[in-house]
Amino acid sequence: MVWSWVPEYLPKFVSGLWITLQLLSLSVFFGMLLAIPIGLVQVTGPRWLGAIARGFCTVVRGTPLLIQLWLLYYGLGALFPMVPGIRESFLWPVLREAFPFAVLAFTISVAGYEGEIMRGAFKSVPKGELEAARAFGMGRFTLLRRIWLPRALQNVFPTLAGEFVLTLKSTPLAATITVFDVYGVGSIVRQETYRIYEPLLFVAAIYICLTGIIVLVFNWLERRVPRPA
Amino acid sequence: MNSDIHRSRNEAVVVNNLHKKFDDLEVLRGVSLQANEGDVLSIIGSSGSGKSTFLRCINLLELPTSGDIRIAGESIAFKQSKQGLIPEDSKQVQRLRTKLGMVFQSFNLWSHKTVIQNVMEVPVHVLKQSKQDALERAEHFLNRVGLWEKRDQYPAFLSGGQQQRAAIARALAIEPRVMLFDEPTSALDPELVGEVLKVIHDLADEGRTMILVTHEMKFARDVSNQVIFLHHGKVEESGTAQQVFYETKSERCKAFVSSIH
Repeated sequence: MVWSWVPEYLPKFVSGLWITLQLLSLSVFFGMLLAIPIGLVQVTGPRWLGAIARGFCTVVRGTPLLIQLWLLYYGLGALFPMVPGIRESFLWPVLREAFPFAVLAFTISVAGYEGEIMRGAFKSVPKGELEAARAFGMGRFTLLRRIWLPRALQNVFPTLAGEFVLTLKSTPLAATITVFDVYGVGSIVRQETYRIYEPLLFVAAIYICLTGIIVLVFNWLERRVPRPA
Repeated sequence: MNSDIHRSRNEAVVVNNLHKKFDDLEVLRGVSLQANEGDVLSIIGSSGSGKSTFLRCINLLELPTSGDIRIAGESIAFKQSKQGLIPEDSKQVQRLRTKLGMVFQSFNLWSHKTVIQNVMEVPVHVLKQSKQDALERAEHFLNRVGLWEKRDQYPAFLSGGQQQRAAIARALAIEPRVMLFDEPTSALDPELVGEVLKVIHDLADEGRTMILVTHEMKFARDVSNQVIFLHHGKVEESGTAQQVFYETKSERCKAFVSSIH
């Protein structure tokens, strides 16, 4: 085992780690923002909106993330430059980068999977607790914000922890569209140093640490409301 | 009914000729009631008589098929839709609901909040009281139901009786014009019924206006100044506790209340 390359590449790993964290947190954040209404309309209706949401989840969950990523980046990404004047517009600095496409692809993926989980989560909240909120004059939005959503999330924290760990571990796919996350940096190291295993082990260790952090955060969230044994 | 007493006090809840159909099943067939301030009105009747549905129509947890409901002198505005009556103005319904403190059979405390958070929730987030005010009141009402030392517990750690007392504190905290009790002791183990009935009894003695759906006949007799006996969605007998329990001419009512003698 040779580890002498570590100090030299450490700054690159730090920036790779930063990319991975941004990719994960942005896609989890925006993905959940979408997943909440996607889950909700499937429980509350209107029916046509619920059907669209269900269709979205089915398509997203039914296709490989790698293909979604490539379709967005190589497909959609290749269409943009054809739009007249787009290279001069303020959008271009965003559109010419690979990173926004990666965030978009992972956001859609999180929305699809977690939308399905949120559907079950909203459904599992006891009707009586929602009824009590209504009986005391709570409006629909307050009820959602104060009672239904927190109560639903609490039911699925353990599931969400697992889901976000899976999302973390699919972020290396972004390296296939030139986003240099932790895994991408690891590949560079392997090419430049001809070391095969050490960089992989190093990268694996970083993912284990990140997973540990996610698990700890969700354990804390879960324990905030204690349940009797 | 003893209507001379009624005229002298302000009306709290008035229901006129209420009908409720679930598909083809007619659960309520023209039920009326008037509760004035300070009244304790019990609704009794066998299972399936429609008494819980009736209570739930008062705060529109169930929508009536037809009829009028007046809360503290204000009529709920309805409009006709394909499904039957729907409220014209959801803001009005929300406002009127805050005048009605509902206590459910299965407590329905919000399980992700502590007892005191449950009690403070509506005052802070619906009635827009300051947190400090709401906290002081919540502590007062928890004291009132004997749960002050449990204020930071989550509902799952409380006994059924304690949960129901917490639910009563939650309803009291909105300072309602009328308390609505929907079979408040039916889900409790027998040994826990007493502590809850005692709290309700104390509230009645304070002169609070209450409408109570109950199976506790002795309690209904002792605490109410008005009793309504529902049978198959109709008022079969009504009057003072004395009239309904001892002077009724209705055979059904006689048979039903005989369980307490």
